[in-house]
Amino acid sequence: MNKSLSMSIVLVALLAACSSKQVKEEPAAAVEEKSPGMTETMTEPQAATTEEATTGAMTESAMGVNPLTDPNSILSKRSVYFDFNKDEVKPEYRDMVEAHAKYLTQNPSARLTVQGNADDRGSREYNLALGQRRAAAVKNVMNVYGASDTQIETVSYGEEKPRCTSNDETCWAENRRADIVYAGE
Amino acid sequence: MKMQRLFQAIAAISLLALLGNPANAALTVEIVGGAAQQIPIAVVPFGQTAATKTDNPADIIAADLRRSGLFRTLETRGAANQPHDLAEVRYPEWAALQAQALVIGNIESRPGGRLKISFRLLDVVKQTSMAGLEYDIAPMQLRLTAHKIADVVYEKLTGDRGVFATRITYVTKVRDRFILRVADSDGANAQTVLSSREPIISPAWSPDGSSLAYVSFEKKKPIIYVQSLTSGRRYVLANFKGNNSAPAWSPDGKRLAIVLTYGANSQLYLINADGTGLQRLSHSRAIDTEPLWSPDGKWIYFTSDRGGSPQIYRMSVLGGDAQRVTFEGSYNVSPHLSPDGQRLTYIQRQDGRFRVAQQDLANGQVLILSDSTQDESPSFAPNGRLILYATAVGGKGVLSVVSADGRTKQRLSETGGDVREPAWGPWVN
Repeated sequence: MNKSLSMSIVLVALLAACSSKQVKEEPAAAVEEKSPGMTETMTEPQAATTEEATTGAMTESAMGVNPLTDPNSILSKRSVYFDFNKDEVKPEYRDMVEAHAKYLTQNPSARLTVQGNADDRGSREYNLALGQRRAAAVKNVMNVYGASDTQIETVSYGEEKPRCTSNDETCWAENRRADIVYAGE
Repeated sequence: MKMQRLFQAIAAISLLALLGNPANAALTVEIVGGAAQQIPIAVVPFGQTAATKTDNPADIIAADLRRSGLFRTLETRGAANQPHDLAEVRYPEWAALQAQALVIGNIESRPGGRLKISFRLLDVVKQTSMAGLEYDIAPMQLRLTAHKIADVVYEKLTGDRGVFATRITYVTKVRDRFILRVADSDGANAQTVLSSREPIISPAWSPDGSSLAYVSFEKKKPIIYVQSLTSGRRYVLANFKGNNSAPAWSPDGKRLAIVLTYGANSQLYLINADGTGLQRLSHSRAIDTEPLWSPDGKWIYFTSDRGGSPQIYRMSVLGGDAQRVTFEGSYNVSPHLSPDGQRLTYIQRQDGRFRVAQQDLANGQVLILSDSTQDESPSFAPNGRLILYATAVGGKGVLSVVSADGRTKQRLSETGGDVREPAWGPWVN
């Protein structure tokens, strides 16, 4: 009898643990840097960095700075964020994607992959398809600005490789993303 | 009432003790609710000698029946009458405990280390035998045999074929590894099919239950494999440019419907089970994914956002126009048909919640079966009575089983594992 009593306490504890599912999870750290909707930071330094980007190939050899990684270059920006269930490249990301397209046209040997992602709600297969369409949408913008098909690969990770794992809109928004990754990076 | 609660708690504990073995990474079961009219049944511990020291089949049988939600299993260990064969049964004592049915049985040792399991299902009211069988088994088949006995009891008393002796598959994420597993329908006896550092999704049972098709990202992009569960050998079914995903077997097991992207949009294709004969099925400028074969082999149900938001459609296996199937809500995905093809289960998004829906295809009526918020991947049990799906509890993935009438739910969770992508396997004779 003693035994079952102590065990029922364990069970109650277990059930309690299971039912306390509404625990608010704290927002994950390290989201601020790249969170979407940072329109201000994107638009303000844009003119200067775009200029730099278009001449990226030359300045690199002249100054020994890689524009792809130089934090002052728009080319160091790599993520395009999307709305829920959408694959439209929003206006605030156009200049950045255009800069990468121009870099490709000026560096014919450069290769990149656009990796599409989705937040973890809904169907994994649908999200895989959505991530692919997001990657393709970014590639299409690059094509419009003259980048060659042979320089751009697309891949979708769907919801399988979340950058952020807590269960809130900040995190979901962070994961609705396409990343530009150059070959060899 | 209190007493009944205590019994339920004790019953649940014995279940946890039976199944909750983290070393074997078994799934732990928890049950909520039950049918309005539950059949009271007593499953007496099977007779066994020291020589046949095993798990008692009665525990496994009782747990199975309880999980179905259709039975109320009575506590038997305190009863004065502990019969192991017909002659020992004292019906009035079981009638006094309100039992309508009684299961008794015996385990004997056989030469060569084998076991003989015998059981009888008795009608306490009429004092007659309803069923009785004997099994000559190797000791490792004990659990499976207990599930088969539970299937016999279930079928005799409900009129439906039981699914306790079937298996399920799922993917669990343990730390940084993705593990594809196959387990008994109660979550016990979990076996690893594939372990990988990269994601594994969409496992699909071949109709004969001998193989799984699945999508693995191990080559840094989604590729479809087919793996034999008996030999463990596998082959690449589809590795074309772009994504290869969402495998679904035809009812005869000869072909699969799959999804390829090549460029932007996911489209439906058909391919022979040996990877030959690729043929495009859908031609849309939208996402077409999650194909599913109707049981008669004539239709492909699938998810498409051709109308602006993801909805479920169907089209002929021979191609042609698609007809929309779901109309309620702006997001309906992951279709799965009941074995008779008359009901469709899928995930519906409403007010930001993703829940399991069941739609009667004849009259279009939709029933929401879950009250959670992050449900995924529903699939029917082979008898169409239960739906297995993935959900999240406390930020962790668990599996849930809901009865098709929505009354009973069970939850299967794995210690230290984030469980997802379940699929219920077929009956295997």
